[in-house]
Amino acid sequence: MKNILIIGATSAIAQACARYWLQHSNDCHFVLTGRDQQKLAAIQSDLQIRGAVAVDCLPFDLADESGRASLLERVEQLMPQLDRVLVAPGSLPDQQRCQTDESYAAQAFQLNANAIVLLLERLAGKLEQQRSGKLIVISSVAGDRGRMSNYFYGAAKAAVTTFCSGLMMRLQKAEVSVSIVKPGFVRTPMTADLELPEKLVATPEQVARVIVDGAEKCRSVIYAPGFWLLIMTIIKLIPNFVFRRLSL
Amino acid sequence: MKIESWGRYPKLPQKGLFPDWQQQIAAMLNAASDGRFLPFGNGRSYGDVCLAESGQVLVSRGLDRFIKLDREQGFVRVEAGLTLGEILAVIVPLGWFLPVVPGTRLATVGGAIGNDVHGKNHHVRGTFGCHVRRLWLWREGQLLECSPAVNNELFRATIGGLGLTGIIVEAELALMPVQNGQIDTVTHRFDRLEEFFSLAQQYDVSYEYGVAWIDCVSRGSQRGRGVYFAGNHARYRSEIDIQQRQLNFPLTPPVSLVNSLSLKAFNEFYWHTKPAHPKAGRASYLSYFFPLDGILHWNRMYGRAGFQQYQCVIPLANSEAAMAEMLESISASGSGSFLAVLKQCGEVESPGLLSFPLHGTSLALDFPNGRKLGRLFQRLDDITRAADGRLYPAKDAHMTAADFQQAYPQWQQLEALRDPAICSHFWRRVSA
Repeated sequence: MKNILIIGATSAIAQACARYWLQHSNDCHFVLTGRDQQKLAAIQSDLQIRGAVAVDCLPFDLADESGRASLLERVEQLMPQLDRVLVAPGSLPDQQRCQTDESYAAQAFQLNANAIVLLLERLAGKLEQQRSGKLIVISSVAGDRGRMSNYFYGAAKAAVTTFCSGLMMRLQKAEVSVSIVKPGFVRTPMTADLELPEKLVATPEQVARVIVDGAEKCRSVIYAPGFWLLIMTIIKLIPNFVFRRLSL
Repeated sequence: MKIESWGRYPKLPQKGLFPDWQQQIAAMLNAASDGRFLPFGNGRSYGDVCLAESGQVLVSRGLDRFIKLDREQGFVRVEAGLTLGEILAVIVPLGWFLPVVPGTRLATVGGAIGNDVHGKNHHVRGTFGCHVRRLWLWREGQLLECSPAVNNELFRATIGGLGLTGIIVEAELALMPVQNGQIDTVTHRFDRLEEFFSLAQQYDVSYEYGVAWIDCVSRGSQRGRGVYFAGNHARYRSEIDIQQRQLNFPLTPPVSLVNSLSLKAFNEFYWHTKPAHPKAGRASYLSYFFPLDGILHWNRMYGRAGFQQYQCVIPLANSEAAMAEMLESISASGSGSFLAVLKQCGEVESPGLLSFPLHGTSLALDFPNGRKLGRLFQRLDDITRAADGRLYPAKDAHMTAADFQQAYPQWQQLEALRDPAICSHFWRRVSA
């Protein structure tokens, strides 16, 4: 049996990953966490009908510190061993508002960087103890280089990416793999309001396939879809005297 | 994602709203520039029935969750953006099947209800709408349950209602038991149109499914030759699972690859590959029901100008003569498609107000878009009209308002029940 913990299970990418796991294995046990219990319940019945052996839901708010502290204990009761841990929560803050509203910016940064990093630390301890499992963390291409259109979000994701890179080395000793996922534009509620170049927008299903397949192969960095590796390599190579004149 | 209809004609730019949760619908519509829109599924209807007059569609594809599966009584409750193929993938291994499936598994449940689609077993099970137990309609800020028992008027208007009565967000569908996911088939080649009618009569007695491919190019003594495909759910399962290969049509050629030369060659070749004597076989449900789904984006084959499908149904009494006349006009025009389909429809009545099938014969074929098409369609429309037949809104991009209103006199009832915020290009065109 595959024991899969999903943090932020109501996200479109997380849902697509869960379904993709089910297509490949008929003995998955899921523990889903998220803020919205109604949505969790809907995903629970969906995954059950799609063939999951068991699906448990845990209401959990990443922003709640005491909730973070007790999360692992609550998961432990439902699922003693974790085979796959997918960490997928996040919200895209409004860059303009971050620039003018400091408390909003602080909150957004707190959620997208601090809270995730602290949660990852707890999960890492557990996986290290297990000496098995795969940790899959959704970061973003936005963390590869700060851009004027979303540098608050990008900086938070850069923190997550850098943190995971360290974690990867540490957990290697315990034979736990860490995969950092950098999705590009994905058609999700988070990006619904953005005007995006159509050809670059992937569906959550396409992205999920790349993520799960990559994680199974223990790939450390997964661009999803893969062509974002090329795009981001080019963006990272642009010299600053050119880069600062662009409006990306 | 570019929002267009399957025929890629007419070209009317659309902007999409993409809810992933029912709870988002209200806020999305409120935030939209003006609240006018049209529900949109997976873009498998051919003409302008899925294109919003306002240019704003609400794409239901993100609402794709299973809600309940009753394995004892055999019904499933799902969100309406789920495709029929996604449902089959789950229920077939459990010994259930959808009682009615159209020629593509990529249609959504909402689309299948809105167009009240039919399949190769219309003579036995009627349309998709015959098997909808209940549905939930999001209409003017309210969620309404509709069934034969509650809100029956709205229920009937929504089945075949072309998405105009509200957003179908959930539906409960009756299932039918099967032993496995395979089909016992009989392939029977025939030389003349008249034979199609006798074969259909003969096979319809003992076979659940029946449909014919017809050579729309050949003339003279070969006119109306084709291949009849009968099928039943297999009682026993072959161990060799016949998997469908997934191909992709990677790009859109500047001009259509379907022309009089390629058509003639293909049809000649295809007809000759089929055995001269009836042959029994076994196929997976995927390759039997959804052969074209094996090629992703096959609509690109028709080039940038897109294509139009002509699908009509003619009452039984007039059908043989009318079909002969149509095939004559089509082969004389030199246009047509690789896949022309003849199908006998039965007497089972749909609860739907604007349901398409009639007891009679349905002909469907695609045409690459072109200047000469208007004249051919006019000729075919004349034949359909004279034979008291009608066209299928789900496939249509050309029907006149007069023809529509003549063929579907119930249209005013639907107009009265239409959600005032919702309107399609099709509806604007035919209700004028």
